[in-house]
Amino acid sequence: MTSIPIHHYLIVAAALFCIGLAIAITKRHFIGILLGIELMLNAVNINLVAFSRYDPERLSGQLFALFVIVVAAAEVTVALAIILRVYGYFKSVDPDEVDELKQ
Amino acid sequence: MEVAAFYGFSILAIASALFILFSKNLIYGAFALFLAFLGVAALYVLAGADFLGVTQIMIYVGGILVLLIFGIMLTQKTKSDDPKVHNRVEILIKREIWGFLIGTGLFVFLIKIIISADFKMAGDSISSKSTIKTIGVELMTSHLLPFEIAAILLLVTLVGAAYLAMNRNPAS
Repeated sequence: MTSIPIHHYLIVAAALFCIGLAIAITKRHFIGILLGIELMLNAVNINLVAFSRYDPERLSGQLFALFVIVVAAAEVTVALAIILRVYGYFKSVDPDEVDELKQ
Repeated sequence: MEVAAFYGFSILAIASALFILFSKNLIYGAFALFLAFLGVAALYVLAGADFLGVTQIMIYVGGILVLLIFGIMLTQKTKSDDPKVHNRVEILIKREIWGFLIGTGLFVFLIKIIISADFKMAGDSISSKSTIKTIGVELMTSHLLPFEIAAILLLVTLVGAAYLAMNRNPAS
């Protein structure tokens, strides 16, 4: 179980996090931004799980990752509801065009 | 064997993430996100977190990804017969440059930190036994308050999302 050093997990997580950040910056679509945020949350979870490998009695990292997953699910649900309302009102999913609370 | 699996799933996750970054069609991006989630779940299992791997597949693939695909399909702008028009995301060249700069800059920064960091692991490495028992006991004893708060958060989210997404104007 210990054949893979922890640095490799961290490097994979860093790569996923940066790709997620680039997705969230470049996509001009609300749901594209959400895809990037989900990827970033997953990358953080990889770090937590990788460090939790050395804590087999309490598994704090895995519990933290579990709560991160729960909060991510809640966040995506509310964000999609808001996106649907905004789309129904502005007929647009481009964050550049939706910059006012009232049209 | 384990090393090969680790690198294989890492490459799968990173390649699907790059595909999301470069694909113009969001539906393809969502399906690539499915592959990325599977790769991340495999990495969890390889790090000894079997329960989290199954949870990842159930929640992300079964719940969040389906919701995202619903969202993409409900917010389609144009109705046309050309399949290339659907869900297209136009990307400004300025944003592309900024995204590339910030992404690679942060990546180089993190890599420098990770390479120079010298982790001294104090505890024993995880054994091959299942983690479900430990997670259950911890959730019900020392992490009981966050567990209950998560339950209330999910309830509030359910009610709030249903209220927000409700169609208040049946005529439209």
